Amino acid sequence: MNATDRQVPGMLSGLLATAKRDLLLAWKRPGDVLNPLFFFAMVCTLFPLAVGPSAEQLEFSGPGVLWVAALLSTLLSLNSLFLSDFEDGSLDQLLVSPQPLPVLVLGKTLAHWLTSGVPLVIVSPVLAITYRMPMDVVGVMMLTLLLGTISLSLLGSIGAALTVGLHRGTALLSLLILPLAMPIMILGANAVSLAASNDVYTTGIWALGAYAIASISLAPYATAAALRISNE
Amino acid sequence: MWTWFHKLASPPHFYRTAALLSPWFAVPGLALIAWGTWQGLFVVPMDYQQGDAFRIIYVHVPSAYLSLMAYMIMATGGAIGLIWRMKLSHAVAAAAAPIGAAFTFLALATGSIWGRPMWGTWWEWGDPRMMSELILLFLYFGYMALRAAIDDTAKADKASAVLAIVGVVNVVIVHFSVEWWSSLHQGQTVFKRGTMDADMKTALLIMILGFTLLFGSMLLRRIRTEVLYRERRTRWVRDMILSPKGGG
Repeated sequence: MNATDRQVPGMLSGLLATAKRDLLLAWKRPGDVLNPLFFFAMVCTLFPLAVGPSAEQLEFSGPGVLWVAALLSTLLSLNSLFLSDFEDGSLDQLLVSPQPLPVLVLGKTLAHWLTSGVPLVIVSPVLAITYRMPMDVVGVMMLTLLLGTISLSLLGSIGAALTVGLHRGTALLSLLILPLAMPIMILGANAVSLAASNDVYTTGIWALGAYAIASISLAPYATAAALRISNE
Repeated sequence: MWTWFHKLASPPHFYRTAALLSPWFAVPGLALIAWGTWQGLFVVPMDYQQGDAFRIIYVHVPSAYLSLMAYMIMATGGAIGLIWRMKLSHAVAAAAAPIGAAFTFLALATGSIWGRPMWGTWWEWGDPRMMSELILLFLYFGYMALRAAIDDTAKADKASAVLAIVGVVNVVIVHFSVEWWSSLHQGQTVFKRGTMDADMKTALLIMILGFTLLFGSMLLRRIRTEVLYRERRTRWVRDMILSPKGGG
């Protein structure tokens, strides 16, 4: 008996259903979405307190600080990507589902991006302005964050899948993901810095876009493989 | 044709073969390193630009090269283990990681010592190769931490293999992004190696060969330990230990 006999819904509806479910869960637990955002704002507050509030210093370090904060806050939210599903057993349901696992994983990552990356992009201008970033540079920064967080969510999903169900997973997850995520931060933060100094910044944007496309097409497979391994 | 391959993949056979092979790597390796060190330190003339400081190259370059090679062995071992479910190949990956991390650290440390007289600083954040190497060290740490965190060996093998493969793809991206980044930041001009003196080059090649052989010997020894640990509950290990000859 092949799969079509049983009226399995198409791949796209599987992806959307997974994404919708996670979005609904996020809606019911707003803390999971808001806490990383508060964390993001707080890290951005720490830097002027630590290195001093002089205007030129803030202008100079703004892009880097915002990107580091975005990276750390994404890490914070990644831990819960598969954790609740693992605890209540719905992860097993995903694994035995007739839909291809990478597609379902992509749905989950899409929901993660919508609840972690996109809010970051929306909040970031407020913090960027406190760092005296000019408006046109703010636009570039939002674009880099929008593209970069796609890759961060996808790359992070691999780490989250590898560490799901492990004790002390959060610290381990950071250790696994940070070195891999460094290129994204380098590209993003430097594109913003270049834009701030009226230089050509498009290289970074294209590279971030390429990275995002590559991770959309490759990362779900690695995440799916990692989930199967973690749940043996 | 494949029998030797299957035989090699069987843990007891590999355990014995590796014991025989290991000295064939270690002895020539150490001899070459000794000769290369003597050449490098006393015979090869002083560099007209760098004086005697350049002589650290004889440790630095082989270490840097092995740090990458060990990573490739680790990732290839993991991939073979995942695809063909060869247990021995996972043992190779597990054994290669700490050696690779050690060589990465050695490359960073010697680079840093070299940087002190050349660049006037122990650490140059603007140098792309230093940055890539540092990120490589972090990748090794992540790999070993993941392994250590998973109690079940089979699971640790597969999970870390996925990480190593993802890491290989990323090492390339890290390399290019760091190059791009440093070209923006106008880091200290990296010392350009011109045409090398023939004696210098020979001694360096000898050292690279010696280090590689030593690495091979260390890898074989570590794989043996790894195999012994993994097979600790099997009959052949018990028989070997209880036999009058004792453990080989």
